[in-house]
Amino acid sequence: MAEVTRADVEDLFYREAALLDEWRLEGWLGLLTDDACYYVPPNDHPEGDPKTTLFILADDIVRIRERIKRLMSPECHAEYPHSRTRRLISNVRIVSTSGDLVTVASNFVCYRYRRYERIREYVGAYRYILRRQGSDLRIKERRVLIDAHELGSLGSVSFIL
Amino acid sequence: MSRHYIVDDPVKQQFLLDREALVSGAVLADEMAKIFAKCWIYVGHASELKKPNDFVTRKVAGRPVIFCRDGRGDIRCHFNTCRHRGALVCTEPEGSRRAFRCIYHGWTYRNDGALAGVPGSEAYRGEFDKTQLGLRSPARFESYRDFWFLSLNPDIVPLRDYLGSATEYIDLIIDQSPSGQMQIVAGAQEYDVAANWKLMVENSVDDYHLPTTHATWLNYMSNSGVKIEVPKEGMVLPTRGLAVDLGNGHFTTDNINFRGRPVAAWIPIYGEEAKPEMDAIRAELVARLGPERAKRVCDTNRNLVVFPNLVLNDGSSVTVRTFFPDGPGKMHVTAWALGPVEESQAARARRLDAFLTFYGPGGFATPDDVEALELVQQGLANWQDDRWTEMSRGMGREGDQLNSDEHHLRIFWRRWSQLMESA
Repeated sequence: MAEVTRADVEDLFYREAALLDEWRLEGWLGLLTDDACYYVPPNDHPEGDPKTTLFILADDIVRIRERIKRLMSPECHAEYPHSRTRRLISNVRIVSTSGDLVTVASNFVCYRYRRYERIREYVGAYRYILRRQGSDLRIKERRVLIDAHELGSLGSVSFIL
Repeated sequence: MSRHYIVDDPVKQQFLLDREALVSGAVLADEMAKIFAKCWIYVGHASELKKPNDFVTRKVAGRPVIFCRDGRGDIRCHFNTCRHRGALVCTEPEGSRRAFRCIYHGWTYRNDGALAGVPGSEAYRGEFDKTQLGLRSPARFESYRDFWFLSLNPDIVPLRDYLGSATEYIDLIIDQSPSGQMQIVAGAQEYDVAANWKLMVENSVDDYHLPTTHATWLNYMSNSGVKIEVPKEGMVLPTRGLAVDLGNGHFTTDNINFRGRPVAAWIPIYGEEAKPEMDAIRAELVARLGPERAKRVCDTNRNLVVFPNLVLNDGSSVTVRTFFPDGPGKMHVTAWALGPVEESQAARARRLDAFLTFYGPGGFATPDDVEALELVQQGLANWQDDRWTEMSRGMGREGDQLNSDEHHLRIFWRRWSQLMESA
């Protein structure tokens, strides 16, 4: 595979955003490597390590799969009916490349609506480690940094942010 | 004439709560005066202040406070407000400072509270005594085994007496640590719930809701190799659990574990490689505490409520959770993980991972609790036309009280209404 370009990364981010906003979570799983992890660090320690810091969410691939089962169940009360989300992604950057791994970053705003509830705006940065697999670019690590000092009125992170 | 919020009828075995208690701004104003200004209220844990001069700031019962160690290492609590014109004197969430300087006019306070500097102090000619103008502190500030509480009530009984039998259940958590020292782990979960704060008290100990609210968590456990027994006839939960009255409005559940515990009941989620260390943790407990108490530490889950608003969950992991009202229909929750100071890196990682299987805003269970509480609050908009909440479950049961009944919820509400009905 040739050098990864920003356009490649943007394509991946946009494809992922569409899958998540459309709740095609099985499809989203297809963008992840078999050893992927998904982190939402706590607002007060965004650079923390989940082994020593209490995160909001720290899933390995096994728990990501279980999370998707949960999210697609009508008994997942916090997400039934599903939130309507719309994420806007910008400021996409390739941060570094090392072997088949590429670290990339972007800004995001994720608007969330639920029932007739007022808008909730999750604002922050995505920081991913991507792995080149043949002609494919897959997500190996997905870290979602929330800018707010606390979750506060954002409430839960009950959907895939 | 005092107002009655509960119907507590032992003859009819009926317990009803007036839903106005959960929606009214007037009730909340009364609670701030009669409960939050009268009881012992949790501030923080000594481990959050590791060295002299360390501080954290937070709001406790609506009051911004500085929880800090002074230069000698003594733990203190100051109201975070300048004696001059009232501004916050410390605006950082945490850090290390010998002094707090108000940005408005520069009044500076040592971290023991004393007023150290007033720019242009020669302009004060009358009764101006710097020694009387140190940062104010709550009327009372005491600790039990590193858990620090304040009270705005100068006449309250000592903390130890207030906690009463609740100390036995706090001790049981601290027994996880060979040295008897627990610590708050970095990373706070702070989130709002659009529901009355008292609904969180109920939810924290109400095990009746587990099979319905947390069906997807039970599936996750089951998919992960945890054996979930079908409840026996007449039961709603896989194992037997009790609701225990600890006096003074405190209460706890005390349940036989089925879900795995970092200390020290292995489940497949922890991985095969965790087994030897978890066996060693248990062996240490047995050697130190004897087999019976070690079994209580390892094989029971307990959700403890220290009246009115401190919850210590010792379940999938240990959670310290406190919450304050922000209006009658909203609360602000703060939750931390607690672990033994000497825990190995692997055991600490396991504890934190286990925490996230259930608890917190990204956990597999808490978001559904939040949903349930918010649905209650939304439904309560009908309170004037559907006035009474039904809370009689298990009333009149002889002997041991069950965690899946509402005995412990009634304990809370009786204590709450006793305080609210006082002058």
